[in-house]
This record gives sequence, C-alpha cells and structure tokens, in this order.
Amino acid sequence: MESNGGVDESTRLLKELQSLKDSKRDIEARISALEGQLRQIQSNQQLNKKASSDCSNGGSEFGHDLTPDMIYRYSRQLLLPSFGVQGQSNLLKSSILVIGAGGLGSPALLYLAACGVGEVSALFIVDFEICRLGMVDHDVVELNNLHRQIIHGEAYIGRSKVESAAAACRSINSTIEIIEHREALRTSNALEIVSKYDIVIDATDNAPSRYLISDCCVLLGKPLVSGAALGLEGQLAVYNYNGGPCYRCLFPTPPPTTACQRCSDSGVLGVVPGVIGCLQALEAIKVASLVGEPLSGRMLLFDALSARIRIVKIRGRSLQCEACGENATMTQENFQHFDYEKFTQSPLSPAPLKLKLLKEDCRISSKEYEEVVKKGDAHVLIDVRPSQHYKIVSLPNSMNVPLASLEDKLPEIESALKSIDNGNAGVYVVCRRGNDSQRAVELLHNKGFVSAKDIVGGLESWARDVDHRFPTY
Amino acid sequence: MQLTLEFGGGLELLCDSVKIHSIDVDLPAEEKKLTMKHLLAWVRSNLIKERPEMFMKGDTVRPGVLVLVNDCDWELSGQLDTTLENKDVVVFISTLHGG
Repeated sequence: MESNGGVDESTRLLKELQSLKDSKRDIEARISALEGQLRQIQSNQQLNKKASSDCSNGGSEFGHDLTPDMIYRYSRQLLLPSFGVQGQSNLLKSSILVIGAGGLGSPALLYLAACGVGEVSALFIVDFEICRLGMVDHDVVELNNLHRQIIHGEAYIGRSKVESAAAACRSINSTIEIIEHREALRTSNALEIVSKYDIVIDATDNAPSRYLISDCCVLLGKPLVSGAALGLEGQLAVYNYNGGPCYRCLFPTPPPTTACQRCSDSGVLGVVPGVIGCLQALEAIKVASLVGEPLSGRMLLFDALSARIRIVKIRGRSLQCEACGENATMTQENFQHFDYEKFTQSPLSPAPLKLKLLKEDCRISSKEYEEVVKKGDAHVLIDVRPSQHYKIVSLPNSMNVPLASLEDKLPEIESALKSIDNGNAGVYVVCRRGNDSQRAVELLHNKGFVSAKDIVGGLESWARDVDHRFPTY
Repeated sequence: MQLTLEFGGGLELLCDSVKIHSIDVDLPAEEKKLTMKHLLAWVRSNLIKERPEMFMKGDTVRPGVLVLVNDCDWELSGQLDTTLENKDVVVFISTLHGG
C-alpha cells in the first residue's frame, strides 16, 4: 500500500511541477514581450529627445555620444587610454552578427552583449541607422551541449539556442537591441541577414557553412572573424578585412570529408572553444571600435594540451580566388544557387550520416539481437568503436576491435570464434550509430567471415528500443 | 640538416600522435639544397604511419592542410620550392571546422 502511495504522490508532484513550469514559461514570454515594447517606447523617446537637443544646442551634452548611464556602465573601458570614449562610441554604433550559438558563439555573444554592441540608445546616430547584436542558429539546447555552450542553462534544454542565448544577453544588458534569427543560415537567406550587420562572427561547426559565410561576407564587403575548435586545439583568423585574404584565398579547395571531424564524434574540452570564442569577441570589438591591429593576414593556432599559442603569417588576398580574386566568378546571383553541401561533400546541418551499405539479410535489429542474447545462441559480439568510446559504455561480453585495426585483428576474432561452439557461432558487429558496423561487416565478408551481421542503428538503437537505461553520449 | 617538424589539427594522429619531431634529414644525392618537395617525400616515408592520403595528395599536401615554414605560410616562400635551412621549424596543420 505504502509504495503505491509513494507512486501516486510522485505522480501528483510531477504534474504540479509541469503545470508550474508551463505557467512560468508563459509568464517569461509575457515579460519578454513587454520588455520589448518598453524598449521600443524608450528608444523612440531617446530619439525624440536627442533630435530636439541636437536642434537646440547643436551637439551632445558632454561633447560625445555617451549618455550618463552608458558612461557608468562602460566606465572601465572608457578609462583605457587606447580605447576610451572614441572606441566605446564606435562600438556602440556597430552591429555584429554571430552565426552559431554553440561553443564558440556562447562566450562571444556574452562579451559582445556586455560591452554594448547594439546599444539602443545609440539610435540617434545619423540617419537613424539601427545598431544590433544578431544571432543565427536553428538548433535546440541539449544536455550534452552545456559543458561548453555556457550561455545556455538546464532550464532551456529542448528549446531554441537563439531564444536561450537572447535571454542570457538581455539579462546582462537590457539596453541593447538583440535580433533573433531562429533559422539555419542558407544561400537563400544569408545575403538578407548578413547585409544588416557591419561585422560577422563565424561560430559554426562545419565546412560548408564556413565557405558559405566567407563568400557572403566577400559579396557584401563585411569583415569576418572566423574561429574553430576541436579536441584540444583552436584556430582563429580575421578574413576579408582591409584588403586581406578571405577564407577561400587560404582554402580554395575543400578538404576531404574524412578530414572534417566533429565535436560530437571526436570530442572537445569545453574551455577550448571558450578561449577561441572570447578571442573572436575581442577581434570583433577591435574591428568595430577601430582600435588595435586585427588578426588579418595572420592566424592564431591554440594548442591547449601543451599551452602553446602560435601566431603565423598567412598569404595575402589571392588574385586567382573565385570569391575575391581579379576574375572572381562569385556574384550574388551565383551565390544564391551555389551548392555548398555538394562543394564540400558534407551537410550544412549536422544530421548524423545514415549509411546503407549492406543488404537486409546481413543486418539485424537491436531487438533481434536481444533475442539472440536471451536464447543464449552462441555468438561473438564485436564492438568496432574507438577504444575511448568503448571505455564510456559497452554491451556485456563484447570484444572491442576498433574499425581501424580490424584487419590486423582478424586472427583474434578467429580464435574467439573457435573457442565457442566449434567455430559455428554467429558474428555480430556493433558501433555507435550503425555506420562503422556496416563498413566492418563488408570487410569481414571479404575476409571469409560470411555470416557476419551488423546491428542496425548501433548502441543508440539498443538504448532506444531495448534498454532505456543504457547510456547514450 | 636538423629540422623541427610539428603536426597539428589532427595530423599528429597520422604519426603515432606525436606532435613535435626533431629530425635529421640528409640532402638528396646530387642536390645542394633541401626543398619542401624533398622534405614532404621524406615525411611521407619516415613519419606518416597510417592513411597517407590524409596528409598528401599527389606530390603536395592535401587540401585543408596549411604548411608554415618558420611561422610563415609556405605560399609566401614558394611552396614546394621553398629552400630549407638548418634549424628551420616546419609546421603542418589541418584546418579545423568544429565549434
């Protein structure tokens, strides 16, 4: 009786929690909308006030554009001799677009919001040009993002990254204009979105986006602050700035897809993109405020493991460049029809690859494999993931033979088979998602293990369809 | 000729995960100077332990690999024809796309 009562009680609590969370979300949405309205009214007032004061005394109160609130908020930067009022004033008047609200975009957005990029009160600048801090992302926040995408919190899991990042930026600085682009950047929308900004930060995570963004910036004449991070290394450069090279000048031919590793496959230490994202904010601030020497024609290479930062000199603008060279073929028209996914042979949005190499009768589902285990059928289960994956989690009684060393380890598989059921046992191959397992089965078939089959969908399908408590990563 | 070679951006995985290599390369027979072309061939046969196609394409590096001679893009020094001096530092770095 008592245990049943406990179940009822927790069901009641869960329901109440859900309903409270729903009300909280509604209230937050209402607050956000009201704040937006208020900002609009205040900025219009500022505009009118400024317009009338400009008429009456022909300039601002203190000989510059900053209001008393701005002076107090940004005072520590105003005190810097090499930055000062002029640098801050330039910064407030600039619009910056951050593409990607992930590991790089998180710290970049936080710093840009904090330092006043997109300040609404700076609206009074000539011909009412609106300053803004923009962010583009189509993705939603996931639990395994939080270790590095520090702008997002647990409360936003499952919700839009842009919505989450915008809320975080507003909570730091309610005086700036934040524009949310909750969509992927594509050739169809890139020109329109990017044209509204002065500077672009590439904080994306894939090769086709990098070419797309660079070409778009060349076409629109926008400086591009490009950062990348993977594992324990990061890279940073400013492209298309002051006659310097663009991304295509440096990398005219895209790399093979096998050389384009992803954080979700190869891993990344959270603070590494954090360091690069901070440096991207810094370079964007330098370009916007016209202070210092931006990292153009140079590249910064960061190696976290050995605590080394190397700054190297890279080539200048290439005359042969297809985007910015003398006979450049890239026009706005061509750009809108350019197939970046085909060009780089990799997808713009990071949906995991779903290979289909094998015939149906060479594969079994995770449920069918569960039956094999339950019935106690003699078999060998080979897990072909890299050993660091295997150490995170694995199925019982599996042997780890990473795909890269499979060919060398065939004798071990042979002897494992002979040790059970006189070599008539089944051979099953599993990996994380069911791609490498197919490649492995192909190899095994060619080497005489004709009965080898792979588990469709890998350990992810095992966790989804068989054992919900089996960890995924 | 003594050189320091560094591999980064994942290229170190092709040479036993060792990033920095201090090497001693002999001048090719009947040559008076060592060029990047010679060095690449030497690296391919002496340091690259697996998947050479991830390092080279034809007689040069594959697309997406930056080559830096003494912290300077080899495009500025003549690519394959760059002449190397004793104690030079040559860096091979694969461009990253993650974030």
